[in-house]
Amino acid sequence: MPFKRYVEIGRVALVNYGKDYGKLVVIVDVVDQNRALVDAPDMVRSQMNFKRLTLTDIKIDINRVPKKKTLIDAMEKADVKNKWESSSWGRKLIVQKRRASLNDFDRFKLMLAKIKRAGIVRQELAKLKKETAA
Amino acid sequence: MAAKRKTPVKTRNPDLIRGVGKYSRSKMYHKRGLWAIKAKNGGVFPRHDPKSKAPAAAEKAPKFYPADDVKKPLPNKRKPKPTKLRASITPGTVLILLAGRFMGKRVVFLKQLTSGLLLVTGPFKINGVPLRRVNQSYVIATSTKVDISGVNVEKFVDKYFAKEVQKKKKKGEGEFFEAEKEDKKKLPEDKKEDQKAVDGSLIKSIEGVPDLKAYLAARFSLKSGMKPHELVF
Repeated sequence: MPFKRYVEIGRVALVNYGKDYGKLVVIVDVVDQNRALVDAPDMVRSQMNFKRLTLTDIKIDINRVPKKKTLIDAMEKADVKNKWESSSWGRKLIVQKRRASLNDFDRFKLMLAKIKRAGIVRQELAKLKKETAA
Repeated sequence: MAAKRKTPVKTRNPDLIRGVGKYSRSKMYHKRGLWAIKAKNGGVFPRHDPKSKAPAAAEKAPKFYPADDVKKPLPNKRKPKPTKLRASITPGTVLILLAGRFMGKRVVFLKQLTSGLLLVTGPFKINGVPLRRVNQSYVIATSTKVDISGVNVEKFVDKYFAKEVQKKKKKGEGEFFEAEKEDKKKLPEDKKEDQKAVDGSLIKSIEGVPDLKAYLAARFSLKSGMKPHELVF
């Protein structure tokens, strides 16, 4: 099984531990075997251990340690936000967040909707069963 | 003693750090206008001689000395404060009752009474909870709000909910067994009328929101996988 996602300058990663949990960051330089210099449009550039990062499929085209403005422009050009939000990983995270923020009333409405959907599915299934039985 | 001011004077010397003021003694002398007071008084600070007090009446020796020196308890000047209402509880909030006969029911909050208890109603037609008092600690406040503007809750006070005092019956020997058989306490008609009056406009605003009626009719319960500390109410 060869590796497909490499640590390189411009690799977009997800922070999975610490203060910036859940943020998308760009690897902007490699400090040593264990650490990278990491940057995002809304945070101060800082070093992070690779153990805190999970690499994604997205890569942008930047030079080593670009200026903040250059970084932001490159991210816009590569359309990182939309690529992430349309990827299945990104969509999963959005759904998780939405589920966690549901109100008690929202959860109730969700339950009603689930029951309704299951009812419709069961009706269709019953119809199909009748057809094949006949 | 100098005369006390009704409001304390705001200091003209802001603190840089606790204990260190921004301005020096000489600057403060100038700021407070002590030079003007001196000038008005001919170069010296005005002196106020102490007012001569009327001679106090001579105290007589008391007639009675108690046998033991008993310590008097310190006077308790504490005034109980009204219970602080949680910021999440506003009139019209849907609350989840956590204890008692109506455990798990979702009810509408009306107002906080002077005793600190919360006045709450089902509405009765929807979930069977009447106008009732409930303690804030046994309640979860959800973020769902109901429009409560059409409801008049002025007349409901703690006294409205006080138990009726039973008149003492003299137990004669023969009537001993019959007197115990009291008929079931019926709810007085005016309380029923009050309930209907409050619930009337409430139910209208509840029916305006889809699914809210069914929501209030259902009970809350924790299902598998629900972590209360992670749930958003």
